[in-house]
Amino acid sequence: MAETIDAEKVRHIGKLARIELSDREVEMFSRQLGSILEYFDKLQELDTSGVQPMAHPTDIRNIFGDDVPHESLSTDEALANAPQRDGDFFKVPKVIGEGR
Amino acid sequence: MIDTKDSVLPVIGLEIHVELATETKMFCRCRNRFGDQPNTNVCPLCIGMPGSLPVMNRKAVEYAMKVGLALNCTVAEFTKWDRKSYYYPDLPKNYQISQYDLPLCEHGFLDIPLKDGSTKKIRVLRAHLEEDAGKNVHDNPSHTAVDLNRAGVPLLEIVSEPDMHSVEEVMGYARSMHRLVRWLGVSEANMQMGHMRFEPNINLHISSSSRTCKTPIVEVKNLNSFRALERTVAYEIERQYSQWRADPDGYSIDKLGKQNRGYDDDLGRTVFQREKEEAHDYRYFPEPDLAAVTVSQEWRDGISSQIGELPLARRARYMKDYALSFKEADALTLDCPTGEMLDAAVAAGAKARRCANLLLGRGSAIANERRCAIAEIGVTAGQLAELAKMLDDGQINATAAAKVFDELTDSDDSPRAIAEAHCLLAVTDTGQIVAWVDEAVAANPRAVQDVKAGGKKQARAFGFLTGQVMQKSRGAAKPEEVQRLLRQKLGD
Repeated sequence: MAETIDAEKVRHIGKLARIELSDREVEMFSRQLGSILEYFDKLQELDTSGVQPMAHPTDIRNIFGDDVPHESLSTDEALANAPQRDGDFFKVPKVIGEGR
Repeated sequence: MIDTKDSVLPVIGLEIHVELATETKMFCRCRNRFGDQPNTNVCPLCIGMPGSLPVMNRKAVEYAMKVGLALNCTVAEFTKWDRKSYYYPDLPKNYQISQYDLPLCEHGFLDIPLKDGSTKKIRVLRAHLEEDAGKNVHDNPSHTAVDLNRAGVPLLEIVSEPDMHSVEEVMGYARSMHRLVRWLGVSEANMQMGHMRFEPNINLHISSSSRTCKTPIVEVKNLNSFRALERTVAYEIERQYSQWRADPDGYSIDKLGKQNRGYDDDLGRTVFQREKEEAHDYRYFPEPDLAAVTVSQEWRDGISSQIGELPLARRARYMKDYALSFKEADALTLDCPTGEMLDAAVAAGAKARRCANLLLGRGSAIANERRCAIAEIGVTAGQLAELAKMLDDGQINATAAAKVFDELTDSDDSPRAIAEAHCLLAVTDTGQIVAWVDEAVAANPRAVQDVKAGGKKQARAFGFLTGQVMQKSRGAAKPEEVQRLLRQKLGD
């Protein structure tokens, strides 16, 4: 049985994704995500012992580019879709508490 | 101060982030270059446009393998990429591409030098590739300005085991790693440019008469200088100890687990950092946009063959084969090319001792002035070898050789040609020296008298006369020869 999705969990996921959710949305997503997880429960019934975890859906390996510079966008092009700019920078709401 | 009744063992692990010196970024071919105008090295991929797809930089993988192999790591035959959730605007696609469960390199070690001349093995848990974030600029109080030039620059994260137990060991490890990545040519490791950042994990294992206890593990992020690292570790050891003394029951890893602190450079100490509970909920999952990587034996061997002799091995060889002191050998193995220059000069028939003296004398002084490596001052191995041989054969004396050495930095001429042009060749013509001796004796009757009279003033007067002759020769006569002829003349 997969984890159940309750309202609290949906709110937490919303917070992690920096999305504000209304009570109605929390209720709706709990239901929708719940039915997706139920579907995965069905898959869990398969015996996968001895099957290697899949790292990637294709068998393609080792796709590389050479370390040779290509032309980049101009600063104006790069900033064209930004809601706001500050000179040559993207302007965003004040960031606090960074950390990778 | 630590009470001698308590036995306190600091336990320290270090994560080091190294920016790799590729021409282009890790997943696109925008330039990887520090100091350019903001947002000039950006493309749809690094500014997080929907639909853009990453293409892995082969060179970044090879550089990472090179470091891993030099650190005696196992290079994975199969490795893949993962997404790490990240919600800050300096990496606008909202995840960082990293490696989670299958890192490229694992289980290695780095030998670090200790003060007593011995070495210590520090184990390396893993070294994996990830992308760097851009830069958030906080100059303005009302908003944040974002430059994405650095977003996507290849970063190698090297994680040690908690094998270090003192500030000295941490610094030895950090400096050895710094030397190694520069040596391998995979990073400029310029601290001012943020090419290398440290994240120490520190706690104390304390046994006192009544109990044994472990303090909470403190992680300090983003230290970008050796000084900050040194001060952080020293400060944390003291701070954790006094906090434990004040509250031996409460201040323990069992009760508090892991904590984050920030480093305040102005205060020179770490400060408490409140973090949101969900900050570490990274929710890794496999990166579907990048193909997995398999590393063949052939590929690995090819990289391995590029590594060559490493700093510690070369230093040991110089002490053994060239009879250099630890300090001399260390100074000649700060970077790779300086040693290659020395070895090439020795291979050309020069004596190692002479070459080392030249390199560590004027060579080191000039390199310091120019803030570069000794190998970069513009003297070739061939020039070095010839000058060393001239010294050895007595064709030039040490003072004149230093002058020639200085001239060599801006010249392709041979040391002999320079010495001739500047009249710096040793005068071996005895007749010429005898003539100078005669002149000096005739011009300084008082000194001659003092020498002949013996007693207190004799040595000084003799030195004076020698100096007079040396001056006439413009330093080109051999002092021993001058003294021999002077003694002969004065009937000593």
